[in-house]
Amino acid sequence: MLSSESGPPGRTRAARLRAWLDERLGLTGVRQFLAHKTVAVHSGTPWYYFGGITLFLFAIQVLTGILLLLYYRPTAAEAYESVQFIVTRVRFGWLIRSIHSWSANLMIFTAFVHMFSVVFLRAYRRPREVTWLSGIALLGLALAFGFSGYLLPWNTISYFATKVGTDMAASVPWVGPALARFLRGGNDVSGATLTRFFGFHVAVLPGITTVVLLVHLALVQRFGISSPPWVERRSAASRLPVPQMPFFPNFFLRELMAWYAALGALGCLAALFPWELGDKADPFSSAPAGIRPEWYFLAPFYTLKLLPSRIWFVEGELIGLAGFGLLAVFWVLLPFWAADGRGGERTRLVTGAGVVLIAYLATFSLLGYLR
Amino acid sequence: MMRALFAAALLAPLVLLAPLAQAADSCLTCHGAMDGELQAPATAFANDVHKRRGFSCADCHGGDPASDDPETAMSKAHGFRGRIARTAVPQLCARCHSDASLIGRYKPQQRVDQYAEYQTSVHGKRLATGDQAVANCADCHGAHGIREVRDPLSPVHPLRLPETCARCHANPAHMAKYKLPTNQFAEYRTSVHWEALSQRGDLSAPSCASCHGNHGATPPRVSSVAAVCGSCHSVMEDLYNKSPHQPVFSGMREGACVICHGNHAVRRPSPAMLAGPGAVCSQCHDAESAGGKTAAQTAALIGKLDAAVRRSDEILARAARSGMEVSEAVLEQQEGRGDAVKARVAVHAFSLAAVQKPAEAGLAIAARTYAAGEAALEERGRRRLGLVVSLLAIAITIAGLWLALRAVERRQAADAAPAARS
Amino acid sequence: MNRERRSFIGWLLGGGLAASLGSFLYPVLRFVNPPEVPEAAVNEVVAGKVQDLKPNSGRIVKFGSRPVLLIRTIQDEWKAFSAVCTHLNCTVQYREDSRQIWCACHNGYYDLSGMVVSGPPPRPLEGYLVHVRGDEVVIARRT
Repeated sequence: MLSSESGPPGRTRAARLRAWLDERLGLTGVRQFLAHKTVAVHSGTPWYYFGGITLFLFAIQVLTGILLLLYYRPTAAEAYESVQFIVTRVRFGWLIRSIHSWSANLMIFTAFVHMFSVVFLRAYRRPREVTWLSGIALLGLALAFGFSGYLLPWNTISYFATKVGTDMAASVPWVGPALARFLRGGNDVSGATLTRFFGFHVAVLPGITTVVLLVHLALVQRFGISSPPWVERRSAASRLPVPQMPFFPNFFLRELMAWYAALGALGCLAALFPWELGDKADPFSSAPAGIRPEWYFLAPFYTLKLLPSRIWFVEGELIGLAGFGLLAVFWVLLPFWAADGRGGERTRLVTGAGVVLIAYLATFSLLGYLR
Repeated sequence: MMRALFAAALLAPLVLLAPLAQAADSCLTCHGAMDGELQAPATAFANDVHKRRGFSCADCHGGDPASDDPETAMSKAHGFRGRIARTAVPQLCARCHSDASLIGRYKPQQRVDQYAEYQTSVHGKRLATGDQAVANCADCHGAHGIREVRDPLSPVHPLRLPETCARCHANPAHMAKYKLPTNQFAEYRTSVHWEALSQRGDLSAPSCASCHGNHGATPPRVSSVAAVCGSCHSVMEDLYNKSPHQPVFSGMREGACVICHGNHAVRRPSPAMLAGPGAVCSQCHDAESAGGKTAAQTAALIGKLDAAVRRSDEILARAARSGMEVSEAVLEQQEGRGDAVKARVAVHAFSLAAVQKPAEAGLAIAARTYAAGEAALEERGRRRLGLVVSLLAIAITIAGLWLALRAVERRQAADAAPAARS
Repeated sequence: MNRERRSFIGWLLGGGLAASLGSFLYPVLRFVNPPEVPEAAVNEVVAGKVQDLKPNSGRIVKFGSRPVLLIRTIQDEWKAFSAVCTHLNCTVQYREDSRQIWCACHNGYYDLSGMVVSGPPPRPLEGYLVHVRGDEVVIARRT
């Protein structure tokens, strides 16, 4: 097989192996594509890493999640004890569990950074609108992962945070109660909710995410990494091409450095700030004071807390939820209203919207945390 | 005969007018419209448990509540008694409250022997001699706004009973003629029993009535102090009765438990009671005597156990704070604390051997949990070491990547430069 | 670039990658290897043999990290309760003379259904299920 028939004598074994795989997997095309893939070099280039970091952290989640699956038990009677078992008895269980919890938070954070960098670098412009939509879908899926995974340790904080979260879902008009019943697997948060959330977290959401992720990545490969409009304008004005760096090995090596740095950060967080176990959830005890959801839900949570119970004749909470709904629709459709239909961009509007949203999220998350 | 008629006259309205009393009670209507001392009973009666059961003013005071005319309503012909004399109050209450069949119609399990008990008490005996300054039913239970004992606003609710007794018993002017001390309430408030009652909400904790009785209030006789305390602290009582102290203290004037623990100011016991300055044992035993030596050794042993438990607690807390999982060791500490309690109980046998058994068990547990805490901290150290090692590997890799990148870029620039030059 | 420099970088990168991958792989491999006590929650405990406990007697058994009082009644029924008194957490015991569960600390009594009979305890004792399998007595949590 690896005899001299496959090529001139003196070829290294590695080269022969590569040729063998090439013939059977069609790697030549892939290699040529990678060899020609480039990334624009400009002041905004560092922001390009965040998509890859989010992907890397997602891979970490899948890996540590599968490891945790080896010991976790998704019933109300055993969930907490199984997590306690992982953290106390299983070798390096504390590490895997803490990395899983920290990486989840880091991933959502880098996903937000990636989204806002796309906004400010205008990478949503035609023809990348569907890439944007798939990205928003991925963000939503990440939040769903976070919400469903948060309940799984079945401790006091997660139980009551889920109660509060599903209560918010129940106040959506018309579909709210049915939606809440679907989420909870009943009228209250119970063992049925745990089983259901577990199913979402390890089967449903990963399945959907895989598909959407493949679409997202395929589209990014198809259209390449975009350059911001001011870089394009500058290059058109000076009649010089936009400086590029080869994706492989340059950008890839840098990306790898970022991934390794992320690993180091995760290791530090897991070892120095291990994730808490808490107390086992007791549905019959009253909610502890100051119960609140995870940080990525704090901004809407605090906003709802601030709203008066009635505005005009409508319930305050309803106005809040309607507001969030409108905001979501507005944000999802950003590529469509950002283009002014004449081939130009409403740049100031987009920048303004981005800055306002960041300010709102940051301020209200902070306030939600402090109050 | 007269009494029977009198009773019938008063009971008749009860039976015939009870349903009407709710509807038309002129006593409440008129007195409610007055002010000051004449209005107060009417206002208070609104919350009275008797009113809720359908009784009216006339059931105690007599008179005709159906009539609006004061002359008729408060006429002697209708049995009106006016203000009840202090010495007549117990008998009046007992009219109903000692009648088993009557009380049985409202609250079958309620006792009906309070009056009989009262008559055996110091209060009852003195009242019978005409002493107006002692407590009668109304002084403790109230006269018009009487609430059930379990109602937190009742003056005889467990949480309020001590201050009700203290109204007289802590008043020096009042108690002067009886030559009784008045510091009991103040002392009781410093006690561990009051702490259990008021701060932990443990309504089973004793207050005045638990030891002295409520209706048959009498100081416990000297010989029965141990039995009174022993009604809750039974193990201590058993051990004490078998100990060498029992025959000695039984011949003394003051009762057993009181000698070391006091009667009202019962504080949380500590090894300091056994040895050291202010120790109770040293009041009788010399340091060189057998008793003194036992006391000192017991104190040392209990102190050692306490210190060991505290040390374990500290190290476990430190481990828990730095994120280590030590919940099992913490649970085992509970057992160790239980042994510390048992050791203190065993003190009442007044022999070192009795205390040694639980103390040794407790020390073994404390040693185990301390080792668990140490292991947890060691594990924490190992984790940090592992972190450093992996960070080192990561740093080396990042350095290698960086150098490789620079090499690649330099090569690319070199390749591009000759092309540019040419 | 000279070969020495290239091989130095190669060694550094290769060594770093190997070390870091090793430091990731080692915990994962040890993780998937099950620990000595393979199960998490204690739902069942073998309390001993039937012959070990005579009728009308009781014994404290460890259930996970909590004490449980196992009782064999005079009618030869098996009962088990949490041995932690609901008053101030002392450990209760079975009294053959009164056939009740007694807490020595403050004289609390519970009956053989775990209900409070007298004394200060505010709540009944939590019950456990007892099965007899062959000649083994097994205590299980009531789900």
